[in-house]
Amino acid sequence: MTDKAANTQVYRIVIKASAQAIWDAITKPEWTERYAYEGRVKYDLKPGGKYHHEASPDMKAVGLPEVVVVGEVLESDPPRKLVQTWHPLFTPEMIAEPPSRLTYEIVEGSGVCTVTIIHDVTGAPLVGGMVKGGGDPAKGGGGWPWVLSDLKSLLETGKRM
Amino acid sequence: MVTYCLAVTDDDHVFKALADPTRRFLLDLLFQRDGRTLKELESGLEMTRFGVMKHLRILENAGLVVTRRSGREKLHYLNAVPIRMIHDRWIDKYREREVSALLALKADLEKKDEPE
Repeated sequence: MTDKAANTQVYRIVIKASAQAIWDAITKPEWTERYAYEGRVKYDLKPGGKYHHEASPDMKAVGLPEVVVVGEVLESDPPRKLVQTWHPLFTPEMIAEPPSRLTYEIVEGSGVCTVTIIHDVTGAPLVGGMVKGGGDPAKGGGGWPWVLSDLKSLLETGKRM
Repeated sequence: MVTYCLAVTDDDHVFKALADPTRRFLLDLLFQRDGRTLKELESGLEMTRFGVMKHLRILENAGLVVTRRSGREKLHYLNAVPIRMIHDRWIDKYREREVSALLALKADLEKKDEPE
């Protein structure tokens, strides 16, 4: 077993929506501001293109910076696969960690899509602890499990959890 | 109706998968260290390889374990998403009710303490 495997987190959810709808919900600001931690994303969807995630009004109200996550697009194959670096800027300690590597995979089949997140957090234990979730979403502890179940709720019912 | 049946089945798979000590132990092993091979997982259990595979297949069908290929190896990852969904659907709801029941009891008791 490699350290890479132990430092990789995998999350999967089945969503009754088209691959394009899921791709848009991940990459378009008018969607990202409607679920999970909200805030608008900006993607330049080509290898080497920049990515950032702006703070939501709630995040700004508690004093977080204008931009809370930065990164670079490594691979973009809409609406199936997106690979990027992902570097959150929530605390000085997190900023000091190396950028993590985040992959989204969307597989369409018989009216539903399987969405898989593969997050390699090698060398970034604080980021790894944060995205794992298991805490109170209202205090930033929801992680990918909460983000994905809120995304499912929004796309399937039009409403958040 | 179809949607209703699907939803029930999904939850059923998760609850059934969790209702076994060996399978909960396997999830705990992956929680401690993710991305393990079958060989590593079976070394922690007094069970045949076939038995461990059977449990892992049930966990995978319930979505609690996701496998990924890495070269020649098949790695097993804990997927916490179904647990989060069960938490939101079944636990949060009842916890809120319990808290509000306790708050009502507290208000009731405190009112009785006050002089008439």
